Amino acid sequence: MSGCGDACKGGCAGPVGGETIDAERRSFLGAVGAVAVTTLAPGVTLTAFGGGEARAAGADPAKRWGLLVDISKCEDGCTGCVDACKTENGWQGGAENQQESQWIRKVSLRDPKSGVTKSAPVMCQHCAHPPCVDVCPTGASFKRADGIVLVDKHRCIGCRYCMMACPYKARSFVHHELEDQKPWAPRGVGTVESCTLCVHRVDRGEAPACVTACASKGGAIVFGDLSDPKSEIAQTIATYATKQIRGDLGVDPGVRYRNL
Amino acid sequence: MTHVTYMECKGGPRFTAVFVGLLGVLGLGAASALWMETHGHVASGMNNSVVWGAPHVFAIFLILVASGVLNIASLGSVFGEMGYKPKARLSSVMAVTFLVGGLAVLVLDLGRPDRLTVAMTNYNFRSIFAWNVLLYSGFVGIVVAYLVVQMTRRWQKFLKPVGLVAFLWRLILTTGTGSIFGFIVARSGLGTAVLAPEFIAMSLLYGLAVFMLVRLAIDLAADVADRRLSDGLLARLSRLLVIFAGSVLYFTGVYHFTGIFSPERTEFEAWILLGGGYFTALFWIGAIGLGLLVPMAMLYNREAPARSKVAIASSLVVFGGFAQVWVIVIGGQVFPMRLFPGFEVSSSFGDGVVASYAPALPEFGLGLGGVALALILTMIALKLFPLLPHEEAA
Amino acid sequence: MTRRSSLATALLFVVTLVLGGLAGAATGLALENSVARPAIPQASGQCVAPKEVMRRSHMTMLKHTRDVTVREGDRQTAEGLTACVTCHAVKDATGTVVSVSSPQHFCRACHDYAAVKIDCFECHASRPLSEKAVDNEHGVGATDVAALKAYAEETTR
Repeated sequence: MSGCGDACKGGCAGPVGGETIDAERRSFLGAVGAVAVTTLAPGVTLTAFGGGEARAAGADPAKRWGLLVDISKCEDGCTGCVDACKTENGWQGGAENQQESQWIRKVSLRDPKSGVTKSAPVMCQHCAHPPCVDVCPTGASFKRADGIVLVDKHRCIGCRYCMMACPYKARSFVHHELEDQKPWAPRGVGTVESCTLCVHRVDRGEAPACVTACASKGGAIVFGDLSDPKSEIAQTIATYATKQIRGDLGVDPGVRYRNL
Repeated sequence: MTHVTYMECKGGPRFTAVFVGLLGVLGLGAASALWMETHGHVASGMNNSVVWGAPHVFAIFLILVASGVLNIASLGSVFGEMGYKPKARLSSVMAVTFLVGGLAVLVLDLGRPDRLTVAMTNYNFRSIFAWNVLLYSGFVGIVVAYLVVQMTRRWQKFLKPVGLVAFLWRLILTTGTGSIFGFIVARSGLGTAVLAPEFIAMSLLYGLAVFMLVRLAIDLAADVADRRLSDGLLARLSRLLVIFAGSVLYFTGVYHFTGIFSPERTEFEAWILLGGGYFTALFWIGAIGLGLLVPMAMLYNREAPARSKVAIASSLVVFGGFAQVWVIVIGGQVFPMRLFPGFEVSSSFGDGVVASYAPALPEFGLGLGGVALALILTMIALKLFPLLPHEEAA
Repeated sequence: MTRRSSLATALLFVVTLVLGGLAGAATGLALENSVARPAIPQASGQCVAPKEVMRRSHMTMLKHTRDVTVREGDRQTAEGLTACVTCHAVKDATGTVVSVSSPQHFCRACHDYAAVKIDCFECHASRPLSEKAVDNEHGVGATDVAALKAYAEETTR
């Protein structure tokens, strides 16, 4: 898919809110799909692959997926994104048990001087220079070509050094055995896990579950390609002041916050 | 210099009793490891805030002892202090056995200890942890070679170079151990380069204290009346202990003093030094008071300290060392990370509050099992190899 | 310990080792004939490769797929294991699809016999999600799985 970034001039914003789909990518993958379709078993067509689109052939290094959260639209007490993530990825953690995983949490903020309160979702920030990846002894923590930071659970030995190193407390350790995980979100005892940016949805051309859920509530979260200047997320960042949490650390998070 | 003869430990009922007792502790450790392996880490008190708990305190302490105890051998063969030379064998053996004990705890606490081969076949060379894996295995290899050279008469000419390599390796190793915490930029209690030299000072102190305790215990339990640690050497080692304790005090001071004046760490320092509940008590009374000041006062400027006094002072150092490592490792984790400076924060995942950690029994079982393993291996080595020298009047 | 007695000990050790080995081998042979061959549950569809190939190489295939998918994001080979557990789902007496905790599970039939530990299901679901759950929560239907199966068949040919 080389040259895709350059070719993406004519109205191909990243898949925002699961609606628009990268046209270039669609046509490219469509061609691949068409090849496959001729030799597929009779009666089976590629239309079954999530709305007529073929699967991604690999993470695209020209992209950098990210999120933009507009805090002014994020309501304190609303847990739409958290609930959607739980349903999508099958975790159950909450305040009552700190041994349970929490991939995303709502942090309530209060300015002690003015008394102003705010609320912000915090999840894996998908850093450009992730400390978790640096410290992982086995290379289980890794950053995909398109900027999504993941744990390869086939390689994770459960040392938890990444959890020590993460500045966002974004990672959790699975403390007990699990059964009937979601097929698209494997999780297992003795390994570390965190927000995957719903990589299984992104690879299908959809937005993460939290973004879709938020769209029907406050519409505070925008998902898109930070590397594509035409995308909604990149244009908003270019227009308005946004912040990265602990931007001072130089890890360059892929999640940005507006009106923080 | 007079001829030094070495011999194995004869054993005896006391030796056997201690050995059997330690086997029991080791069994408990194995049971704890198995329990945690089959139940997952719910069996521990560790959680998503305190990801490294009591087992890691034990493991780090044992690893510090391992690298520090080799110092006795280094003093002999690298720095030419002949008085220490007869002690080199036991010092080298303990360096290996305590490292094995510490690593066993570390490995058995992994979420997936069954995947150890993965850790040995996949290296991320940006990770200080991966480097430590190489440093630890290299250390065992080098110290074993060092030991073989020590015990082979015609290889004495290699003693100095091999001893030097072992000495430099252990310095790098402890720097690596300290750096595990020194590289954690996000946590205000950790992430400072001072931790590397501080860990070296700590290793020298704890290694020496444990060496003296083991040596005094051998004298007590092993029926080797003519091989007792001489009073002269005991006095020298005690003076050394005072110096090492002073250096730990110095680095601990630097660590906290620099913290007070760096904006990133001020809040943490205020907490741990003044308002940190049991951590504050553990730090001042445990690590500083009982662990450093009292032993220093007990042994400072004594011509011939009593054996019991040395034993008590060394025990206090060991206790204080545990407190010190506990405060650094656990204290560094429970203090909340500052994601949103200037805001009061709260969440379902412990933002803005000091995390709680109540260690569970299997964690202590695992940690004590590691200690028992180190001591058992030391005892086996004492029984099999001629490690104990005939003491010459110093 | 005298030299003679240590020699005797060594001899005794060797003899025990040899005899023990022989006895083990004999019992092994006897057991192999006495233990029932695994009853391999019938799959609901066509496999991606002939069963001789699958029996020998299923882990190699899965391993390749997993590394390419997880680390490189290549989804064209994705859901290999999901397709496997879907097609090889086994129902118990009550009609419920069993998980790997049941000895009836397809993978366990052979793995128990061969005494080989399966690591996959520590993280992966060992049985398919019910169709209802799939439709409601994920918006992907059972047709998707059938298509994947056919697709996997094509790409591995």
